[in-house]
Amino acid sequence: MEFLVASAIGILTASGLYLVLRLRTFPVIMGISLLTYAVNVFLFASGRLVIGAPPVLVKGVETYSDPLPQALVLTAIVISFGMTAVVVMIGLGAYLGSDDDHVNDPADEVAQRGDAS
Amino acid sequence: MMHWIIAPVMLPALLAPFIVLAARHHIGIQRVMSLAGVIALIGIAAGLAVQAADGTVTLYQTGDWAAPFGIVLVGDRLSTIMVLLTAVLAFFVLLYAIGSGWDDRGRHFHALFQFQLMGIMGAFLTGDLFNLFVFFEVLLIASYGLMIHGGGNTRLRAGVQYVLFNLLGSTLFLFALGSIYAETGTLNMADLAQRATLIGADATVGIRVAAVLLLLVFAIKAAVVPLHFWLPSSYAEAPGPVAALFAIMTKVGAYAIIRVYTMIFPPQLEATAGLHGTWLLPVALVSVALGAIGVLAARKLDRMVTFSVIGSMGMVLVAISLFTPQGIAAALYYMVHSTLAAATLFLIVDLVRHSRRDMVLGAQPPVAGTALVAGLFFAGAIAMTGLPPLSGFLGKLLVLDAAYDSPLMVWTWALILGASLVNVVGFGRAGSVVFWKAKAVPPSDDAPADAAPPHPLAFVAVGGLLALLVAHTVFAGAVHGYTTRVAAGLFAPSPYVDTVMDTPGKLSESKEGE
Repeated sequence: MEFLVASAIGILTASGLYLVLRLRTFPVIMGISLLTYAVNVFLFASGRLVIGAPPVLVKGVETYSDPLPQALVLTAIVISFGMTAVVVMIGLGAYLGSDDDHVNDPADEVAQRGDAS
Repeated sequence: MMHWIIAPVMLPALLAPFIVLAARHHIGIQRVMSLAGVIALIGIAAGLAVQAADGTVTLYQTGDWAAPFGIVLVGDRLSTIMVLLTAVLAFFVLLYAIGSGWDDRGRHFHALFQFQLMGIMGAFLTGDLFNLFVFFEVLLIASYGLMIHGGGNTRLRAGVQYVLFNLLGSTLFLFALGSIYAETGTLNMADLAQRATLIGADATVGIRVAAVLLLLVFAIKAAVVPLHFWLPSSYAEAPGPVAALFAIMTKVGAYAIIRVYTMIFPPQLEATAGLHGTWLLPVALVSVALGAIGVLAARKLDRMVTFSVIGSMGMVLVAISLFTPQGIAAALYYMVHSTLAAATLFLIVDLVRHSRRDMVLGAQPPVAGTALVAGLFFAGAIAMTGLPPLSGFLGKLLVLDAAYDSPLMVWTWALILGASLVNVVGFGRAGSVVFWKAKAVPPSDDAPADAAPPHPLAFVAVGGLLALLVAHTVFAGAVHGYTTRVAAGLFAPSPYVDTVMDTPGKLSESKEGE
């Protein structure tokens, strides 16, 4: 199971990074979503992998799963959900305003500005 | 239990929804409420700072749960001084926003402003790393709204870049937190400080990765050079008062570096030896150099100021990365200066924007009232470039003095002094082109439509910030004495750790021992 979880995190992160490095807004947002999935699974794994163990105290049970990462993941899911909604809205606004969904600055603007950023 | 320590978080958190729900159609009521909230914040922050001045560490256990089970807020000298700085800065920025009418050019400026304050205050006060992440997100999501306040295509586009960069930073933050939790089993800062010392020399791989990941996250926030790309566009395109408020956001990153890398991963900790202590100083020096190059190369006034902010953050990080009490004391002094100077300059640039077609550094016909703005720009430039008589000069001297014993002393002195010269040249060029050469250009017909001079309140705000800079210079001895005590406290964190870990609460071992 360790291999399964580790490779899932790795593949999600790699695909996410690949998409984030694209030029257009939509793949970049998809990439960010994949990265947040990867980090959520990673947070779960940070509490050690156990199957079928309760997170709260139960009489006669010796093995527990760590409840804290579950709380952290829940928070992270909510936050990343909100953030994705915001970036979709801002990205849509920028696209509708300029008919262009590239993430980088247009070439003529960079030339006119003439600096390294 | 002292409840005042949570007030800087709760007050804006309660005020903001009230502004949205009750006063959304009345800009006047919004302004009054927002101003009253910020003034109350200054009072609370000053009270907390006075309380912490003698070294008392105030602890607030949310829900009365003992650390490390509950989330704690901690007010020590470093936190309270940053909270006070934020509150004072927010007051003047708000005055400017009202005076210049920026708050009326889009909706919900005041509510977002209060949420932003809530996030910043929480980030300074929290004693828990995951809670720090949450407050980072609160301040970021409010800053996304503020950043695109007023709309416009270039601003939205810069906003997309800013949001995406910060989302990546947040993801990295979560990876860092996951690794730290996997290695130590806790995210409470004081608990971490204790547990990090227990990690054996043969099992340091995980904690070293976590420490570097965390440093990367804070370096993104502090705009240290290879990770600074988000800053120039977003600060230049953001509305003037928003950019001025953002001056404190880079300092949140610097604060987090100071807090985590003096308390949890101090330089003498064996598990993380040779990481940040070795690498932070060179990249900070590169930041100083790149800031200076950017100032000289920029073709627009607002971009020039953003690069001077990068250079100024570089200075702060040079002082921090010495990781000596003297260095941290200098960093804190310079950090207060850098926040005020950057905010002043962003506001002045916004004043300049009022009377020009665009911000390109080129001669344009003069507009009535330019003399005052030119004078203010001159004072702001003196502060930012670190010329005497303002506090930038003293701060730079302190940093140079602290770097005297560093192995990279020659590089540090050469780069800081060289960058100062380049900054002076860059600002001098910009000032003379924008204000003096204007006289050589005949007035044209296509003057900007909104050439009406801004309300006097805007000038009051800028003047107030400049007065603070003067005060920071005049009382430099007292301020530096205080930052020295703060730094000494940071390198002896046992009062902080003991207060957090030993205060009884629900679930604490001493109380529920049965």
